[in-house]
Amino acid sequence: MARYKLVVIGASAGGLTAIEKLLAPLPKDFGLPIVIVQHISPDSENYMVTLLNNNLALRVKEADEKEVVKPGTVYIAPPNFHVFIEEDLSITLSVEERVNFSRPSIDVLFETAAISIGNQVVGIVLTGGNQDGAMGLKMIKDRGGLTIVQSAEEAQVAIMPSIAIKTSHPDYVLTLSQISDLLLRVAGDFNPM
Amino acid sequence: MKTPSPDEINKIELDLLLEAVYKGYGFDFRNYSKAHILRRLTYFQNVNGLQSFSQVQDLILHNKSKMKELLGELSIKVTEMFRDPAFYLTLRKRVIPLLKTYPFPKIWIAGCSTGEEVYSMAILLREEGLLKRTQIFATDFNEKAIEKAKKGVYSIDKIKHYTVNYQKAGGKNSFSDYYRVIDNRVEIDPGLRQNVQFALHNLVSDAKFETVNMISCRNVLIYFNKELQDRVINLFTDSLINGGYLVLGMKESLLFSSKSGLYKTIDNDRKIFQKKLLGEK
Ligand SMILES: C[S@@+](CC[C@H](N)C(=O)[O-])C[C@H]1O[C@@H](n2cnc3c(N)ncnc32)[C@H](O)[C@@H]1O
Repeated sequence: MARYKLVVIGASAGGLTAIEKLLAPLPKDFGLPIVIVQHISPDSENYMVTLLNNNLALRVKEADEKEVVKPGTVYIAPPNFHVFIEEDLSITLSVEERVNFSRPSIDVLFETAAISIGNQVVGIVLTGGNQDGAMGLKMIKDRGGLTIVQSAEEAQVAIMPSIAIKTSHPDYVLTLSQISDLLLRVAGDFNPM
Repeated sequence: MKTPSPDEINKIELDLLLEAVYKGYGFDFRNYSKAHILRRLTYFQNVNGLQSFSQVQDLILHNKSKMKELLGELSIKVTEMFRDPAFYLTLRKRVIPLLKTYPFPKIWIAGCSTGEEVYSMAILLREEGLLKRTQIFATDFNEKAIEKAKKGVYSIDKIKHYTVNYQKAGGKNSFSDYYRVIDNRVEIDPGLRQNVQFALHNLVSDAKFETVNMISCRNVLIYFNKELQDRVINLFTDSLINGGYLVLGMKESLLFSSKSGLYKTIDNDRKIFQKKLLGEK
């Protein structure tokens, strides 16, 4: 049985391009569900869904309330809602306060994933200009999940990766294409070193 | 003898804690979103310097004010006036005209938090000439929230945002007609609550409240698991007249309700549903 059940990704400034690059190599039948928080303005339409759908082999959709996430599918947090991961891999959406000035917040996604499925989650922090995601990634690490941060040199905005690296001491600091490779291995039940 | 794993221990402790909250204080969180409850409990545990949920249980059982704190932690009160303006716009166009056909419509706002939703509804009803003959029941299980709702006094910082919402919601006047400024707070026109009855009511454990023409329960069900959502929709179904309206939050639905067949969809994006008339397909 594969060790991991879910990939969670957080990105902010520069995130869309990075996410597209990261996920492009993943095949349609990629073995894990992927849930993404990309910081966006509260009123924006979720154009990301359309854009990624056109450019990726994976299916991309907005995360729905109480929906159970499935492999081969990418779920994008809706504007103005936090996303919680439940133990049965279903999603709960929340209207509560912003965290790190953000709703959706990466920390909230990561924290609930860590709390609910702990060592079965892969957490990834990408480019961005704030500190969201760092604490959440630490929680994933503390609970035995796999933690990855985009290398600050490669990131379009280095702040978020840098803070995440300092706060959580992730298992891997990698470029986007290296992260794609690692994801393919992890989903293929390969034990990362 | 087997040894429970740390995971198993956590689960046992969580179940026992929720059981204690229920048996001791009557608040039943056992069917709320587990992720929500765990996240908040973990935070509460850390803030109070405790090592486990068992210790949390010990604390709240012997210390009522700590229980109140925990209750505050577990209930998400975030709200605003004319939240989701498009919803209010649709309500105005598609539901109010039908409510007008009843001599004395009754509206139940369940999970009204600190009242912003109630005053928004009252403003809309007044502009539609319906407020004077409508009875509104506004309920929540959070005592503090209801107290604040009754006062109708809010921080001034948010008024700009509310004004924009009000305009987008099809507001017919100037939003400033509905409040006056005192220091750095605003007091909502008390006339708006003349026909509002605020009350404590727990959707999980309390019985049917009233028979009404419309129920608004927005952004409450998302914190419940599917089973509990189903139970609460049952309660609503029992509380609505045939042809009555049920309106939910933007991400909520009747998907997990065994009674969904009794409703027709008026606007799926705005989550406006109508309980069918007897014999209606
Ligand atoms: C996020 S607020 C929504 C407020 C408002 N309806 C809105 O949409 O802006 C959720 C509210 O539901 C209330 N609530 C949660 N569980 C409840 C229960 N079992 N019975 C009654 N109210 C409940 C909370 O106290 C809180 O005020």
